[in-house]
Amino acid sequence: MSVVVRTIARMLVPVVLIFGAYVILHGHLTPGGGFQGGAVAASAVALLLVAFGTESVKGLKAPFSVLEDLGGVAFVLLGLLGIGYTFFFNVLAGSGGLFGSPSPLGPNEGVLNTGGTLPLMNWAVGLKVLGGLGAVLVLFGLFGGDDDR
Amino acid sequence: MRRWAILAGFLVVTGCLFLAGARMRPFGAPRYDLMDRYFNAWSQTEAATNNVVTAIVFDYRGYDTLGEATVLFTAVVGVALILRKVKR
Repeated sequence: MSVVVRTIARMLVPVVLIFGAYVILHGHLTPGGGFQGGAVAASAVALLLVAFGTESVKGLKAPFSVLEDLGGVAFVLLGLLGIGYTFFFNVLAGSGGLFGSPSPLGPNEGVLNTGGTLPLMNWAVGLKVLGGLGAVLVLFGLFGGDDDR
Repeated sequence: MRRWAILAGFLVVTGCLFLAGARMRPFGAPRYDLMDRYFNAWSQTEAATNNVVTAIVFDYRGYDTLGEATVLFTAVVGVALILRKVKR
């Protein structure tokens, strides 16, 4: 792509990644969550692919695969945490430890240290979606080539 | 003959649609709101989160999210399988 596109992409990719991380990290307080934040972060990969061609993201294929596997395994393990009650029981909610503060009732501005296993599952699913969609994008780029660069 | 059959079928289907439309409940009114009220009342206590949608997706319906994650995994595996390099 032209130098204008490459310059703008260079400026936008960190912003997109930060916004994706924000959506994932605040998934238990604001609209959005792991899936949405992961998709936003994966769109940065699409931006890189369009602006700089396949060569710039070729090395990310293996890390993305590992990231997807880790996210899936972490998600299932977090679900297994509550196996004493039921699968996916929220054992950390209100326990006082990590993410264990009780949420204030009614409308409130949101406390980050609430939600129990929900924020951790958001991270797991976010990494999984980023890895999965990123791997798909890299594969498409590798398969299609970039002749119109 | 065929034309009349098509017309009759069209009229029957349209009539059924109009009948269903006439007997519909008011716009936006849910048929059952027991679960809605439960989630709104208890998600801040049970899941300790402000975001009721996240509480449902990751806590009350964790199985559903596991299925979605499986769908995503299957999609990635399918793409990797189709777009792999074949040595000839």
